[in-house]
Amino acid sequence: MSETMQGIEELVDASYEYGFSTDLDTDIAPPGLDEDTVRLISAKKNEPEWLLEWRLKAFAAWQEMEEPDWAKLEIAPIDYQAISYWAAPKQKPQLESMDDVDPEIREMFDKLGIPLHEQKMLSNVAIDAVVDSVSVTTTFKETLAEAGVIFCSFSEAVHEHPELVREHLGSVVPVRDNFFAALNSAVFSDGSFCYIPKGVRCPMELSTYFRINSMNTGQFERTLIVAEDDSHVSYLEGCTAPQRDENQLHAAVVELVAKDRAEIKYSTVQNWYPGDENGVGGIYNFVTKRGRAHTDAKISWTQVETGSSITWKYPSVILQGDRSVGEFYSVALSSKHQQADTGTKMVHIGADTTSTIISKGISAAKGQNTYRGLVKMLRSAENARNYTQCDSLLIGKECGAHTVPYIEVKNPSAQVEHEASTSTVGEDQLYYCRQRGMNEEDAMAMIVNGFCREVFDELPMEFAVEAQRLLSVSLEGSVG
Amino acid sequence: MLHVKNLAASIGDAEILKGLDLAVGAGEVHAIMGPNGSGKSTFAHALAGREGYEISGEAVLDGVDLLDLEPEERAAAGVFLGFQYPVEIPGVNNMYFLRTALNSVRRARGDDEISARDFLSVANEAMELVEMKEGFLNRSVNAGFSGGEKKRNEILQMAVMQPRLAVLDETDSGLDIDALRVVANGVNSLRGPERSMIVITHYQRLLDYIKPDFVHVLVNGRIVDSGDHTLALHLEEHGYADYVDAASLSGAPA
Repeated sequence: MSETMQGIEELVDASYEYGFSTDLDTDIAPPGLDEDTVRLISAKKNEPEWLLEWRLKAFAAWQEMEEPDWAKLEIAPIDYQAISYWAAPKQKPQLESMDDVDPEIREMFDKLGIPLHEQKMLSNVAIDAVVDSVSVTTTFKETLAEAGVIFCSFSEAVHEHPELVREHLGSVVPVRDNFFAALNSAVFSDGSFCYIPKGVRCPMELSTYFRINSMNTGQFERTLIVAEDDSHVSYLEGCTAPQRDENQLHAAVVELVAKDRAEIKYSTVQNWYPGDENGVGGIYNFVTKRGRAHTDAKISWTQVETGSSITWKYPSVILQGDRSVGEFYSVALSSKHQQADTGTKMVHIGADTTSTIISKGISAAKGQNTYRGLVKMLRSAENARNYTQCDSLLIGKECGAHTVPYIEVKNPSAQVEHEASTSTVGEDQLYYCRQRGMNEEDAMAMIVNGFCREVFDELPMEFAVEAQRLLSVSLEGSVG
Repeated sequence: MLHVKNLAASIGDAEILKGLDLAVGAGEVHAIMGPNGSGKSTFAHALAGREGYEISGEAVLDGVDLLDLEPEERAAAGVFLGFQYPVEIPGVNNMYFLRTALNSVRRARGDDEISARDFLSVANEAMELVEMKEGFLNRSVNAGFSGGEKKRNEILQMAVMQPRLAVLDETDSGLDIDALRVVANGVNSLRGPERSMIVITHYQRLLDYIKPDFVHVLVNGRIVDSGDHTLALHLEEHGYADYVDAASLSGAPA
């Protein structure tokens, strides 16, 4: 191995800057999961009877299900009885204003670079902050309310807008959809809820920031976004967790409903703790994200996945209405011992539906990166079209990239295109940049960011900057 | 300016440069000619710091031995290599690349970074020099460029970087006559009393456009003859055969 290649491998030995934990006075349930746990969670949240029943039904379903093993992931067995399913920072029951947020929590978010004081915030982003299992605060509620937009924690929505929640909860991801979705449905603790009324263009970006803080807890949040006819919303999601030696489980569900001519743009920057360079610790990230697009509606998923030791995630679109549009733009980085099995499902039901998939997988150190995607054209999907592009970038010699596309076409008028490429960050590229004066780290960051350009272009401005920085940090280390 | 003494380079068991000596004064243009495999490109990369070679000897630029420096430190010291095969970097905007390069070198020298506005005027001037149309800077670095565009881009970069020592490795290869003229004009207008150039080429053709002060013949890892530009004309007529025969004789075990 030449010096340059060794240099490259040292470059990907990154440090995780969000690995601190905060001492919060936390209310934690003892580990273990049975029907009583589900009842306890529901009772803690003071939930209506229908929701408890919904949870119990999900729990019963989950008990009969098997953990999926089709992904290209090597996972140490998960002991679901060793996890605590409820953790919440203790705080005053009612927050009158942002000033009432626990100063320690505020400090934690300041440290993460997300100030919760509205006057200090970016004026065009409203934030829902979720710590462990509960939402601690939501900013800009009043501004949003003037436009008729509801943006609040899931628990609050259950109490304030039960009819909306009841109508849409589980309508896109049914409780029996898969093992992790069923588990989430039984024990989900909080998350975000957004509702955009007919014809409204949401006046600002909505954002949820998820933070796992407590030890030995799982995080199970649930997000539901409903965009009525002719509405428009852009939603951002960010995640971090402390550095711990144990693996922690995160199993989330996100449901999007885009009614006629509505548009939902959902962007994620996932940076859960990835574990250390020996593969110890890190978040197990099992996420079910799906949207249903009605007539002429558009759902666009953009994700930048740099964290977690295991990522199992396939943000999908059911293209139900005619002329509906689904998009998936993804950057997934697997470094250290990280494993990612991620991609999308585009299910074309309506006529003239179109979907676009742009996936950029980056593998470094001992990382394993798999793109797994399904493009399904049903008999009714007259003239449906899909374009898929999967590019893999390899850094170093011990990593792996895999591409597993599934294509099912039942309508002869449908068109499906698939392009795939695999490349390496070459010594010649690094040398070229260095000859022009850049150091090895800057050169590497530039080359990798260039590889991801098409996806970053889809992110809202602030997130694109954050994503580029994150990628550079994840690839940075001591240069030999 | 540049003093190269007894420079040797090898990869594994293969000796490529076998004790090369060369002195380049400020403001001078030196052409290095030689047959395939004589070590011309290796010489260029040895000066620029490509990894993978065993190197010995000296290459002192302005009192600093380049051989002790990393490639980016050599760039900061004023070394610019015009690549024979410029590398493609998809997704990286040409303008952004150039500005990052210039600012990296400026930072390394303790200078302030150039402002976006000043950079734009520097870049526009360089664009005119190589007769590139607007929009060229917004494309990805060399990605999908024609051979001629890649070479023009190298000269454009040189114009922006304003190096002390420019080493142009077969900048004429793959160019049609119009592109050759553009590239040569670019190079000529960058000649100056503070800048030295080493122009590596197979063919005398380039030297019709870029008139060197000195011509050296590199054969089998050594400079075997030096002269003024008439030497290039002689080579054009007679080829390298005489030198190659002599080199193989002198290379015989003593």
